[in-house]
Amino acid sequence: MPKTIKKIKGLSLHIIPYSEIRELSITERIKKILHLVLNNKVLIIQGRLRPEEEIRLIEDTMAMVDHVKSFKGIELAVIEPDMGNESFFMKVKKGLAKTLVGYHNALTIVGPASIVKEIRKDPKKLEVLLG
Amino acid sequence: MLTFLKRVLNSIFKRRSNIKIGFYGPPNAGKTSLANTLCEDWVGESLGAVSEVPHETREVQFKEKVEITHKGKSLTFKIVDTPGIATKIDYEDFLKYGLKKGEAKKRAKEATQGIIESIRWLEDMDAVVVVLDATQNPYSQVNLTIVGNLVARKIPILIVANKIDLKNAQTKKIEAAFPEYEVVGISAKKRLNIEAFYEALFKLAKKV
Repeated sequence: MPKTIKKIKGLSLHIIPYSEIRELSITERIKKILHLVLNNKVLIIQGRLRPEEEIRLIEDTMAMVDHVKSFKGIELAVIEPDMGNESFFMKVKKGLAKTLVGYHNALTIVGPASIVKEIRKDPKKLEVLLG
Repeated sequence: MLTFLKRVLNSIFKRRSNIKIGFYGPPNAGKTSLANTLCEDWVGESLGAVSEVPHETREVQFKEKVEITHKGKSLTFKIVDTPGIATKIDYEDFLKYGLKKGEAKKRAKEATQGIIESIRWLEDMDAVVVVLDATQNPYSQVNLTIVGNLVARKIPILIVANKIDLKNAQTKKIEAAFPEYEVVGISAKKRLNIEAFYEALFKLAKKV
């Protein structure tokens, strides 16, 4: 392990229980998600978005990439208990989310692409931050 | 009753005469290569430029009235090639392909607009060919989102596993990821298994 690991500036996880978005319209949900992601938060949302919400999220993200300097887009992942996905997000789920919202729910994880890129370059950074 | 029958027949005739087929998928899967193969075979000209640099197609491009004949049957399609859908665009990713910073930034800006355009065209399609790169993991969220949206809109789908000429292509993995759909393994670049693609395209048109 390297002696010094540069911390990822401004990384924070934000948990959104389903009850917090249940009553929101599609526009309000996407607005809330993007507002948090633009503030460098990695979101763990209980449950999953509907297909039309996922595609709307991508559409609105692209509009933001075009207008917000240094915003490169999002990483989006939906994790279900029986999914054989060995992605970065699966590791997050195993390590953290499982204890937070239980194993029976799907989880939607959304984060700013730039932060996820940095973690991928050096996954140890995440371990350090979580540890 | 007669008017009703006439309307139904008209609607069938109208749809069958110019079926809008969208080519959707992630960037660099080979959507334009496949659309080009089809247009070259039946119209005698390409539809768009291809490149190893992602997001080469940044505007929706289409060819009207492409008449395809297969096993004695003939159908007319409107072929719609769309920019690859992604959740992130980083101009720095284009620099490694030798693009200058200014060009890369311009490409990134156009690519974001292209993705928005792709999404907006989605609901206008009669059927969609989802083109996936057989060398890549099919379980990416973008692939799942595209297929999920097509299912929600009841748009018939054909999945194409492209680049089967490459050593690390895994058509079986794509079949396992989307067991409810017909998956055709092809190489648009090397023209492998194109007849099977036409066969599947006609089956897809029947579902419209």
